[in-house]
Amino acid sequence: MRDYLIECRELYKSYGLRPALRGVNLDIGPGRIVGLLGPNGSGKTTLIKLLCGLLQPTRGTLAVDGQAIGPYTKSVVSYLPDRMYFADWMKATDLFDLFRDFYADFDYEKAIAMCQSLGVEPRDRLKSMSKGTKEKVQLVLVMARSAKLYLLDEPIAGVDPAARDFILRTILTNYNEEGTVLISTHLISDVEKVLDEAIFLKEGKISLHETVDNIREKEGKSVDALFREIFRAEPMEGGAF
Amino acid sequence: MDWKLDNNRPIWPQLSQQLARRIIAGVYPPGSRLPAVRELAAEAGVNPNTMQRALAQLEQEGLARADRTAGRLVTQDFAVLEAARLREAEAVIRDYFEAMSSLGYSRERAVELLKEEFQ
Repeated sequence: MRDYLIECRELYKSYGLRPALRGVNLDIGPGRIVGLLGPNGSGKTTLIKLLCGLLQPTRGTLAVDGQAIGPYTKSVVSYLPDRMYFADWMKATDLFDLFRDFYADFDYEKAIAMCQSLGVEPRDRLKSMSKGTKEKVQLVLVMARSAKLYLLDEPIAGVDPAARDFILRTILTNYNEEGTVLISTHLISDVEKVLDEAIFLKEGKISLHETVDNIREKEGKSVDALFREIFRAEPMEGGAF
Repeated sequence: MDWKLDNNRPIWPQLSQQLARRIIAGVYPPGSRLPAVRELAAEAGVNPNTMQRALAQLEQEGLARADRTAGRLVTQDFAVLEAARLREAEAVIRDYFEAMSSLGYSRERAVELLKEEFQ
């Protein structure tokens, strides 16, 4: 087994003149649950979109499972986008059919079983579902695959706190054991307990990459508390809140 | 029994302490099989690797041992269990004195109050 599932070297991405990532170097091993943490606009979604091939880097290299991003990596990456991209006339079962055709590792029976445990009726149309329920359907689509890398962009942002715990448990019990899960979020206190490692992204650069237990041991505080300290909002020059 | 995790300390030692308390309290009786790592991790809402580390610590302390066929078994060595019980009791006593001290009581006064409460 290779040492790292994700390898990024001097990764840059800019949108026109505006830089989003400014020299990211990152190694993540297999079988880890990793939090990608940072304030709005720090580059979390950009990094995830580069990893799943929706964006091309401006400069630098990245590899998943030792391969450049392409058809192979797409077959082993399961991606949960930060927004809905399905037509709302579809039923969850229509989506499951679609995914079964697209991905060899999609487990249809598992998807139906996950719907049951999440309290989702898979034969309902998406347009009749609440925002939280749609998010659950999307999560089912992603977690019912047996992927090497799960990229979850803000998986718990739209659901209530009780459902958050339930969703985190769903992620914990369903990810494939050799697989790595990369979760981007700013709801740190909710995800902290399930993470092996935390990555702090600040203005397009990695400012910290450490295991959660090491952070707590060294700093004597939670990852959430450290995050608030590092990213404390400062008033703009001459301005005030 | 719920899992209580405080925010300022590493998670795995807290898990291993609570597992030890469950063993001492007989929630997991001597000689019984501990639940699987994933099961325990899901129950506590923590990462399986973290739970794995907590269980490894239990093995280190002799409270559990890996079994080739049955996962992990709780020890049947009563000397080990008794020693663990005593360690936990000492921790409870330390907490008591700390709490009393923060209320402004000396150790002696704290002992006296405890005796009075007992009578």
